[in-house]
Amino acid sequence: MEDLKTIKHNKESKQDVAILFAGDSGDGIQLTGSQFSNTSALFGNDVSTFPDYPAEIRAPQGTIAGVSGFQLNFGSIEIFTPGDLCDVLVVMNAAALKANLGKLKIGGTIIANTDGFDKKNLKLSGYVDMRNPLEDNSLGKYRIIEIDVTKLTRESLKESALGIKEKDRSKNMFVLGFLYWMYNRELAPTEKFLHEKFKSKPDLIEANMAVLKAGYNYGDTSETFTTRYEVKPAPLPKGVYRNIMGNQGVAIGLIAASQKAGLPLFYGSYPITPASDILHELSKHKNFNVRSFQAEDEIAAITSAIGASFGGNIGITASSGPGIALKGEALGLACILEIPLVIVNVQRGGPSTGLPTKTEQADLLQAIYGRNGEAPIPVIAASSPRDCFNQAFEAVRIAIEHMTPVFLLSDGYIANGAEPWRFPSADQLKAINPPVVKEATDEEFLPYRRDEKGVRQWAVPGIKGLEHRIGGLEKQDETGNVSYDPENHEKMVGLRAEKIAKIADFIPLQKVDQGAEKAKLCILGWGSTYGAIKTAVKELLAEGHSVSQVHVKYLFPFPKNLGELLKGFDQVIVPELNKGQLVKIIRSEFLIDAKPLSKVKGLPFSATEIKEAALKHLES
Amino acid sequence: MTQEQTTYTAKDFSSDQEVRWCPGCGDYSILKQVQSVLPDIGVAKEDIVFISGIGCSSRFPYYLNTYGMHSIHGRAPAIASGLKISNPDLSVWVITGDGDALSIGGNHLIHLLRRNFDMNVLLFNNEIYGLTKGQYSPTSPEGKVTKSTPMGSVDHPFNPLALAAGADGTFIARTMDRDPKHLRQILKEADDHKGTSLIEIYQNCNVFNDGAFGVFTDKGTKADTTVFVEHGQPLVFGEHENKGVRLDGATPVVVDLESGDFSKDDLWKHDKTDRSKAGLLMRCFETPTKDLESLPRPFGVFYQEDKTCYEEMLHAQIKSSIETKGNGDLEALLRGTNTWEIE
Repeated sequence: MEDLKTIKHNKESKQDVAILFAGDSGDGIQLTGSQFSNTSALFGNDVSTFPDYPAEIRAPQGTIAGVSGFQLNFGSIEIFTPGDLCDVLVVMNAAALKANLGKLKIGGTIIANTDGFDKKNLKLSGYVDMRNPLEDNSLGKYRIIEIDVTKLTRESLKESALGIKEKDRSKNMFVLGFLYWMYNRELAPTEKFLHEKFKSKPDLIEANMAVLKAGYNYGDTSETFTTRYEVKPAPLPKGVYRNIMGNQGVAIGLIAASQKAGLPLFYGSYPITPASDILHELSKHKNFNVRSFQAEDEIAAITSAIGASFGGNIGITASSGPGIALKGEALGLACILEIPLVIVNVQRGGPSTGLPTKTEQADLLQAIYGRNGEAPIPVIAASSPRDCFNQAFEAVRIAIEHMTPVFLLSDGYIANGAEPWRFPSADQLKAINPPVVKEATDEEFLPYRRDEKGVRQWAVPGIKGLEHRIGGLEKQDETGNVSYDPENHEKMVGLRAEKIAKIADFIPLQKVDQGAEKAKLCILGWGSTYGAIKTAVKELLAEGHSVSQVHVKYLFPFPKNLGELLKGFDQVIVPELNKGQLVKIIRSEFLIDAKPLSKVKGLPFSATEIKEAALKHLES
Repeated sequence: MTQEQTTYTAKDFSSDQEVRWCPGCGDYSILKQVQSVLPDIGVAKEDIVFISGIGCSSRFPYYLNTYGMHSIHGRAPAIASGLKISNPDLSVWVITGDGDALSIGGNHLIHLLRRNFDMNVLLFNNEIYGLTKGQYSPTSPEGKVTKSTPMGSVDHPFNPLALAAGADGTFIARTMDRDPKHLRQILKEADDHKGTSLIEIYQNCNVFNDGAFGVFTDKGTKADTTVFVEHGQPLVFGEHENKGVRLDGATPVVVDLESGDFSKDDLWKHDKTDRSKAGLLMRCFETPTKDLESLPRPFGVFYQEDKTCYEEMLHAQIKSSIETKGNGDLEALLRGTNTWEIE
């Protein structure tokens, strides 16, 4: 690319930049955003992304309902969120501008595809009297770059034999090329991507590359900008990195854990947004002895996984809120069977079908309490895309070593978000030890006899002399035979609860993520709010405030020191994308006057929202 | 699977648990026949698993000294599917009832049949909900008066065999608790079949629906109301083998073999591999009347087809994936395709 670089432009260094790509859901916005993210990550920037797309497969073109967005934040500093407001807003049509203008910083740059602002588009997006916002001086607070992307794309493909429709489909590459020029990025990673994506269609590789280069050259020659921006690599810890998305992290974590446990992975699931990508990813890795099973419904998804666990595989199922609701009865079965099982809930807006493509953290109480009878199931949560890997691995470890179903909570925001990941080597991962009985001994085999952890042994069909029957009816202690004896029932309820409580002895103690162990204010979070809280607390600490961040990953049982730790703070606030679920548990568990900070809009917290709320508490 | 020569007896398959069905329940007979067939199937005891749902019949696994799971309403087929994938060498038996299999678990049953896992499904049909004490079931006849239908049920009943055929089941049979010999024979044939075998077993609930199948099982009526079909044999029935079923085009009709108008050669010869004729046979479902013209209720193996099983194909894909890509390399998976180094 050396020949494309010119010296006539000034270079301005930036610490971090947030770009929001927005357009119609057919415009290739997600691909453009993820390509820019990957290229920036490969360059060495820290990156955080937030894809935001409509629930409808294809809402009417040009309408607000059809707007698809992809925000990314990249920097030469550590990045924890996709950014509150963006510096650059790329809009492919009028609807995209209308839907997203509020997310642009005052003084920010709008890059607009003028072809998307014709009369039809203006009408569809509801601009009054079809007044073109690019021409009516209403955008005075921003810098506008107008480019007729469609025309320039067609122009650059003049020689191509492709049809108009196919040509127009590559216009996202023009925009991508232009931004690559603006931020001094290399085209090579995208070139590699295009070669893989269109392996069997060389004419499409050629066309997309031509348009990508045309966009880059347009930046160079059009003198639109006199300044190019430079975002240097971030000073991340030494090591080798890759980019990872949350759902991908879950899938890889599950496979890694099954390998470390020496057990085949069985994955039973039913497609649901935003959990389906876990199924897609796992299905690609059959050579890891992954048995993926697309079941007929959510109930079959979990029960097939229970059957597989009974057969000696590690049974796993994933879904989102409505699907988890359907799995409820089977969760109780897995609980009373005391069989290993991992249930991933990639949460989304609820109740019911709710907001399928939008994020929420409102299934915490469902995970902890949502079953009939006394049915305790451990609950852990992932805090970022790369943490999805760690927590998926951990969920399998707990499930197997403690013979119990385990809930892993993720959500739409981290499931589809991406960030750089300093991946571990295989030998850095802990071994997982399944409590399997390998053969019968002279002693009578009792399926519900427990070890000192309260864990029973796993006897898999096929081993002579261990034949036994288990089921959903209450069992007699040790023998597992059906028992309606009142004393026995109370004892068994107690034994199952004790077993889960003891897991607290086998998880790490709670640490303070940032700030001191004692401070005026603690911001206590769980799950995907991590990045926004991290950014807010970082800024507050830099400004000299007495504030700390505590982020809980083990939600049931809690780390043993959590209560004591929280009592060291004058005030505790709990930001959650729900009406106050963790705060409810914290208050009842520890008798601490923790205060909720709720947001239920289908959107993640911005760091600013958390910072402002924290300042209010600090001032009070 | 240990294919060792087993010298089991029926007693080896009896667990130490007391059998607790109502006295006179048809389940006892079925349990006994299953226990007496298991020594003959050539599978080691530890490789046999019984999975059941909920209902009277679903207590079955507790009484067998094999591996077993008594699970939840209607889900036994799905649990058994996961189990069979986890270990295709196991001999898996699903025990279910008419409510469990056809109502709450209807979805799982049709998908089990569609996927053709190699397992045996024993559907105990007593046309009533026994465990919940006497409500009508999806196989109860229209007009059935029960606790929940004091004015008679207005539901049309399922024909379980036609349902199984609709789901492209590969082994579809019917037998009854009161004919131990036939029951044993069908169990054996079902186990020999590779694929999902569905056996509907008429089972008498002497507490809530006594005699529901009496017309087919009682000595006085059985000969005239039932026809036991065998592959390659004509459909002959009646006390003195005096009646037969003949196909008039695609319409089965009862003919009198004593009048001299028809002989056995004119009758419908059963072909269990003929899907459309099996369909006609399954549709012989109307309740018999005293009228000699009414068709008998068929018992036996209606349909059988060899077809690849789900678990075979799934494991073949895993094998082929390992052959082409090599055994999964965890290091490479963690690394992915695009990495960069920060020094």
